[in-house]
Amino acid sequence: MSANQNEKLNPVTKSIINAQLSRRGVLAGVGAIGASVALASCGTGSGDTATKTVEDVSDTEKIVRWASWPYYLDFDEDSKKYPTLEAFAAKTGITPTYKEDIDDNNTFYGKVQGQLKIGSDIGYDVVTPTDWMVDRWIQLGYAAKFDEANIPNKKNIRAILNDVGYDQGRQYSLTWQSGFAGFGWNTEKIKKGVHTIDDLFAKENKGRIMVLSELRDTMGIIMQYQGVDPSGAFTEDQYMNAIDFLKGKIADGFIRQVKGNAYTESLVSGDAVAVIGWSGDLFVLKSENAGKFDFAIPDSGGTLWSDNVLIPSTSAHKKNAEALINYYYEPAVAAQVAAYVNYICPVEAAQAELEKIDPALAASPYIFPDAATLAKVKVFRGLTTDESTKFQTAFDEATGN
Amino acid sequence: MAFLHATAHASAPAIDNAAKKRSLTPYLLLLPGMVWLIGFFVLPIATLASTSTMTRPEGAAVGTYVQSLRFQNYFDAFNANKDQFFRSFLYAGIATLLALAISYPLAYMIAFKAGKMRSFLLVLVVAPFFTSFLLRTVAWTQILGDEGPVVSFLKALPFFSNDIRLTSTPFAVVSGLTYNFLPFMTLPLYASLERIDPRTLEAAGDLYANGLTTFRRVTVPLSMPGVVAGTLLTFIPAAGDYVNAYLLGNPNTRMIGNVIDSRFFAIVDYPTAAALSFTLMAAILILVTLYIRKSGTDELV
Repeated sequence: MSANQNEKLNPVTKSIINAQLSRRGVLAGVGAIGASVALASCGTGSGDTATKTVEDVSDTEKIVRWASWPYYLDFDEDSKKYPTLEAFAAKTGITPTYKEDIDDNNTFYGKVQGQLKIGSDIGYDVVTPTDWMVDRWIQLGYAAKFDEANIPNKKNIRAILNDVGYDQGRQYSLTWQSGFAGFGWNTEKIKKGVHTIDDLFAKENKGRIMVLSELRDTMGIIMQYQGVDPSGAFTEDQYMNAIDFLKGKIADGFIRQVKGNAYTESLVSGDAVAVIGWSGDLFVLKSENAGKFDFAIPDSGGTLWSDNVLIPSTSAHKKNAEALINYYYEPAVAAQVAAYVNYICPVEAAQAELEKIDPALAASPYIFPDAATLAKVKVFRGLTTDESTKFQTAFDEATGN
Repeated sequence: MAFLHATAHASAPAIDNAAKKRSLTPYLLLLPGMVWLIGFFVLPIATLASTSTMTRPEGAAVGTYVQSLRFQNYFDAFNANKDQFFRSFLYAGIATLLALAISYPLAYMIAFKAGKMRSFLLVLVVAPFFTSFLLRTVAWTQILGDEGPVVSFLKALPFFSNDIRLTSTPFAVVSGLTYNFLPFMTLPLYASLERIDPRTLEAAGDLYANGLTTFRRVTVPLSMPGVVAGTLLTFIPAAGDYVNAYLLGNPNTRMIGNVIDSRFFAIVDYPTAAALSFTLMAAILILVTLYIRKSGTDELV
């Protein structure tokens, strides 16, 4: 079963290996220049990474504070509580605080980077950024190394997720959920659904389309529409072509807003009828609104990303955070989360547990993806820092900033 | 004589001391303010200034910049964002005029006609401040949303097309700015109107001025300090605002505050963000100086 599964997951492995190769090249370059920057020592940024050791007060202060994204943990509408978190509190005596404080990787990083740099508490003991952002946190020394003895369940993670380019052997981070970026739409307004970019930018949807402010997802989908593989060695020109396409759709008034996770609110309020969005969000919306919304991976290809839990170097509750992380990699708990969030579950053994909760969900290719589904998506390749600055600038300028 | 001499001698140091103390007192009184100003204004401004001329070495990690005194940053930043600068001043200008048009009658009414209701009405003006600025703006996105009450009502009217929408438009951004900064206009206007001696208005009447002339020749000139203060208090924050453009606008209505925000947080391009902030500061300073010169009032409130 497991070997078979690995065989099926091959496309992901390939793209992750691709990303990893280019990242290695980057790291070497960064190391060399990082050293010279440290010598020059007048400047901003990573040259002076603060590695102030923080005293762990986990035993006296039984709390753990977690920053995550909306719709990312099982939530009980009636009691307004998170059942798995409640169970964790009951089991360990640690009081968790869960905040849906991440709307966008960049804005969240912007909020906390000042404190991270000087090594003062950012107010969270667990954060959940996307892989490319995790790469940045680890490189800059902002992630605390796991004490593996405290996270025995680490072994439950999918084999292919155990060795990612930015964190070999997962010493600093663990995949929280993976998901697809694709099209979401309001099934009452768009009967035939949205399966291609042309469906998305149909005349009837003009002014009611929103795309993600997450560069890798929005651009990854547009690039694939233009026949460019975002996981391959695409050129700057190819990327800029996609930027021109996006600019055109904004100038023509097709795209109403470029948003972070808040696009879900616009879908519910009716300001948006079709979006480039994330699979899990749309499935949660679908179940909460009696099938009013749906999700599909674009025919021309979607993107695959992972968000990861990591402990900031500034956390004074590292042991509690590790207990929390360990708890969520128990198959039964992971299944409970998967049943709500509908994203790709990082714990393979959770499939059997999920079958007990909801057999239909356990068979969903969006939670335990099959080869056919994975063949339709790509992982955006790792960018060099120069590319990252240039591409992000082009993206932000295209979106009006 | 000797006695006198002695006392004079004795008191001389005392007087000296007192004089010294007196000369030190103003500085001691200034000290807390100066410390505050240096710590929270001069130092940050100096850091910002030094950041604005930095550059990123080729291939360095994101957010790493070194000082290279590149003043070209200012021109590059301005040229890349001319539209947003222009738009910020345009929106802020329109919002200021709208706020003035709404606030003047309101402040006039509260100052002269409200009677016992005066304090109550003032509380109503200030009341929105009791909740968060952000929440109030988010509330507008729902009130003006496509499925919200306002749009549904407009759609029911015969002279609006069914495609009408209010959020994600320049109209929504300017309305948001006007709404959010309205109290900053109303309060100074009220303060200066309320201070007008009613006898000056009576005197105008005695001199055969009709209501309109009295208003034009007496009330308006006497309330000018309030108008100047109110317009400044509205225009300056509105020009730098980014919340309204972000929540109520679309990618084509972004203001300079949004650019600074994205440069700082998303692109992690500190020099451009710093250069833009300085340019904005300078532009506002020049506009305000010209405006105060033109309106010829030194007394702000």
